[in-house]
Amino acid sequence: MSTRMATGGRLLNKGKPLRFSFNGKNFKGYEGDTLASALLANDQMLVGRSFKYHRPRGIVASGAEEPNALVGLGRDGRFEPNQRVTTTELFDGLESESQNHWPSLEFDVGVVNNYAARFLPAGFYYKTFMAPRAAWKHLFEPIVRQSAGLGKVPKDRDVDTYEHFYAFVDVLVIGGGVAGLQAAKVAATSGKKVMLIEQSAHWGGRAPVDGGEVDGKPVADWIEQTVSDLRNLPNVTLRSRCMGAGVYDHGYVLGYERLTDHAPMAAGPRHRLWRIRTGQVITATGAIERPISFAGNDIPGVMLASAVRDYLVNYGVSIGDRTVVVTNNDDAYRTAIALKQAGMIVSAILDARPTGGGALAEEARALGIRIEAGKAIAKVHGGKRVTGVSVCLHAGEGAALETIPCDAVAMSGGWSPVVHLWSHCGGKLIWDEANAMFRPDPSRPPLGADGAGYVATAGTASGAMHLADVMADAAAVAAKVAGVEADAPAVPATDEAPMMPVWLMPQGAGVKLRMKSWLDYQNDVKVSDVQLAAREGYESVEHTKRYTTLGMATDQGKLSNINGLAILSDALDQPIPMTGTTTFRPPYTPISFGAIAGAARDEIFQPLRRTPMHEWHEANGADWEPVGMWRRPFCYLRAGETTHQAVNREILQVRNSVGMLDASTLGKLIVKGPDAGKFMDLMYTNLMSTLKPGKCRYGLMCSDNGFLIDDGVVARIDEDTFLCHTTTGGADRIHAHMEEWLQTEWWDLKVYVANATEQYAQIAVVGPNARKVLEKLGGMDVSKETLPFMDWKDGTLAGMPVRVYRISFSGELSYEIAVDAGRGQELWDKIREAGAEFDIMPYGTETLHVLRAEKGFIMIGDETDGTVIPQDLGLNWAISKKKEDFIGKRAQTRSHMADPNRWKLVGLETLDGSVIPDGAYAMAEGVNANGQRNTQGRVTSTYHSPTLGKGIAMGLVLHGPDRMGEVIEFPKVDGTSVKARICDPVFYDKDGEKQNV
Amino acid sequence: MLTLQCPYCGVMAEETELHAGGEAHLKRFGPGSSDEDFETYMFMRENPKGVHFERWRHVNGCGKWFHAARCTATLEVFGTYSAQVSEPPQQIKDAITAKRPGWSWRNFA
Repeated sequence: MSTRMATGGRLLNKGKPLRFSFNGKNFKGYEGDTLASALLANDQMLVGRSFKYHRPRGIVASGAEEPNALVGLGRDGRFEPNQRVTTTELFDGLESESQNHWPSLEFDVGVVNNYAARFLPAGFYYKTFMAPRAAWKHLFEPIVRQSAGLGKVPKDRDVDTYEHFYAFVDVLVIGGGVAGLQAAKVAATSGKKVMLIEQSAHWGGRAPVDGGEVDGKPVADWIEQTVSDLRNLPNVTLRSRCMGAGVYDHGYVLGYERLTDHAPMAAGPRHRLWRIRTGQVITATGAIERPISFAGNDIPGVMLASAVRDYLVNYGVSIGDRTVVVTNNDDAYRTAIALKQAGMIVSAILDARPTGGGALAEEARALGIRIEAGKAIAKVHGGKRVTGVSVCLHAGEGAALETIPCDAVAMSGGWSPVVHLWSHCGGKLIWDEANAMFRPDPSRPPLGADGAGYVATAGTASGAMHLADVMADAAAVAAKVAGVEADAPAVPATDEAPMMPVWLMPQGAGVKLRMKSWLDYQNDVKVSDVQLAAREGYESVEHTKRYTTLGMATDQGKLSNINGLAILSDALDQPIPMTGTTTFRPPYTPISFGAIAGAARDEIFQPLRRTPMHEWHEANGADWEPVGMWRRPFCYLRAGETTHQAVNREILQVRNSVGMLDASTLGKLIVKGPDAGKFMDLMYTNLMSTLKPGKCRYGLMCSDNGFLIDDGVVARIDEDTFLCHTTTGGADRIHAHMEEWLQTEWWDLKVYVANATEQYAQIAVVGPNARKVLEKLGGMDVSKETLPFMDWKDGTLAGMPVRVYRISFSGELSYEIAVDAGRGQELWDKIREAGAEFDIMPYGTETLHVLRAEKGFIMIGDETDGTVIPQDLGLNWAISKKKEDFIGKRAQTRSHMADPNRWKLVGLETLDGSVIPDGAYAMAEGVNANGQRNTQGRVTSTYHSPTLGKGIAMGLVLHGPDRMGEVIEFPKVDGTSVKARICDPVFYDKDGEKQNV
Repeated sequence: MLTLQCPYCGVMAEETELHAGGEAHLKRFGPGSSDEDFETYMFMRENPKGVHFERWRHVNGCGKWFHAARCTATLEVFGTYSAQVSEPPQQIKDAITAKRPGWSWRNFA
């Protein structure tokens, strides 16, 4: 069993015990513990079940690479799944639960998959996809859905807050181990701005555990001194608990700082995302130890040798009383020596190398530890916990020579540099034969804007495996990056024997052993699965990853990848570098969605644009509708009304008396300059240059591909100035469209464009009594003679300077009154007062829509969808034939645009008076090549018209304008259909008399 | 995330300040042009691995459009220049030649 020892634990504060729970059981730990060390101290080795076979899973590692020990942390608004216990700092009251088990961790029904393992081989999902459809639906899918999925999705809203920080530095050092500290120290001497970030709460990485001397003092003292020196430098920023998550183009780096994960009740944001722009990046990210593939290497109690050492030295936790160490390199001897020195039993060191180890091996032997060179583990015994190992010759097939009882196995298959950050932006790797690892190729770094490399690696991340080499590399790299001279600190040399690659143990393991030799613990991928994939023709490492799931999910193969591709290379009979690695993508380990979102949530998710009358609408029943970044009232609800009733009330009021609309959101672009007329002729399909000052004209804008993109009324202010109304959602887009053409195509034109949308409040007063209301406001002459339809005038109303446009989007007598934005509410109030005797009421966007549909006016976004040209909508009258050019003119002469079979706009009236569903398609005879029913048209706008007392619609129909009176049929989702007669799209006041009075 | 220097206001702009506008130096074919010319102008684009010319707008800055010459493979930026030219200035061409001898792009080299 694993337990807390009486002494040891350099990171613990034993004066401060902490309580925590796991699956409802209460445990005790200490300040300084990780959740992993605290669980192990309480003999809670079993922490989860594997993804596919539901096999018992224990803690394997001590850092970010942990694949198994994922838990759900916290509860309610603070619940978060898939948290690694190895990187979770313990705090008082921590609650955790294991994942992927049912009904309980100890007794899991899904483990039946384990016994059916040979029916769930690599590519199981893909193979079942190919099976008969019925088998997938009724047989496989329910099984897969039941057994898939790690962790539960949080149900409650996240109660924590998050933030983003921006930093601009010259040198960013990622990783606060000895190499990172040394690199930062050297870089800082240049006087440049240096930032050093470290993912854990502690500086120095694993050097204090491994030991050694730097500059004549124990490495732990050197670390303390260096951190203290760096803190005193004004040009250096240090952040611990801050992971380098991703390296991006041109020196952009994301840092993920976990501010209060270790103290959830503390004030302030939980996570901070650092958005760093740096001149140079030095990654000092260390290395990750590799497991060894032997049968039963996933049984709880089998752990990385470095992790066993970490738990012992850092947290005073022993994994078992009797440990077998299995290795292919010298480093694992440090674990054996540390265990022995702590008074534990090291039953044996099985060293796969026939010649054994170097100086460390001598030291171990001198301590009386049994060392077996050329030996290997044939298989591990045990179920939920290791009970022993069978020993065999590594060079053989696994015939057991003896069985050694033990309760822990410490394995080391060598080390892989953490090359992720180097690789994110294109840094290339080379295969290092001597250490059997991929390491960064310094001659092929990620390139910056100037074409030079902007990422360098330092220390173990470069592939340096011994302290002396690590420190020398860090000093040299940082000196080069920062442009300074630096000497490497003095570190005594060590004598280590070369490692020997071991990809499968024993070397000749038969299929039975290989089927129990795990590569990927998290995704349940075994040596036999990768070999099967290779046999089935998966030669690319990227395909094999997807097919077998090797290296997928939350750990992205930090432990498994190198072993997996070594097995694949062997199966394909090619060298490892030819197989290559899968792509390293950010983030290095998963980061929270909260950190990505930062403060951008709720009301500050995006800016809300408010008209000057916004508050009034809110206080008077507005049922809001988002339009672009604006909110517009859909309708104004009165007590007891449904929205439908409110809309009908508003429509009838406008048709019978007078209504008012806040039209401030309409885009108002000013086009000004000596060439304004020429420019307007190019922008619009209409001839705008002939428009007289004081007049208005409805205009259309197309893209150069011919399609209709916006419409609105243009007013000519004077010879040099036009005011262009755009749709609410189109103002910024059309402004940008005009700027683009002006700056990049017709830059010789003397024209400026300005967006004055928010400078004016605009109120439409609409209905037969509109003129009476304006006359009551008093000031300017608004008679038919002085201000006829499609004219505009500056003047005064209710004592305010205004510009009044006689334009109508409803077919009624209508005035749109523009006033300085600051006086919008004042004018709104005056109009309401003046209109009171006519029962004036505000109306919303839905009423606006119905009113325009009754008149057959098109709406951008309803009648248009990016594939519609003005000619489809019967708007040929608005397309100038006199102009040589306008945007879209050439495109509209292409054969498809001129095709008489294009669907054209018509009105549709239902035979039964009902409303056709929005977007419905009209059926035609026969079926198309895909067996789908042919169509002959579709609905673009559809409403109930209270004015006419029936459903009305507009739609695009094949040869529509030539088929007046014909009845076509629209199927509904419920299986029935609705019949509609093709008619003129103008349903109301066909001659336009009402707007022209 | 790229940084490009806006040639108008001189700011080293983050990509979030910029709006990408596709290929540069397109010749517009309007009314009277052949179907083939129009199609080429409207739809045909280079997709080079290497030297490329693009339009960008400093949209969250000075609002100006400009041109950028850069390498699509390494993201190296050879220079930015005015939008109001129909081919890259000689100094931009020279800067590219210094880094990518023998380059060519459409009719430019």
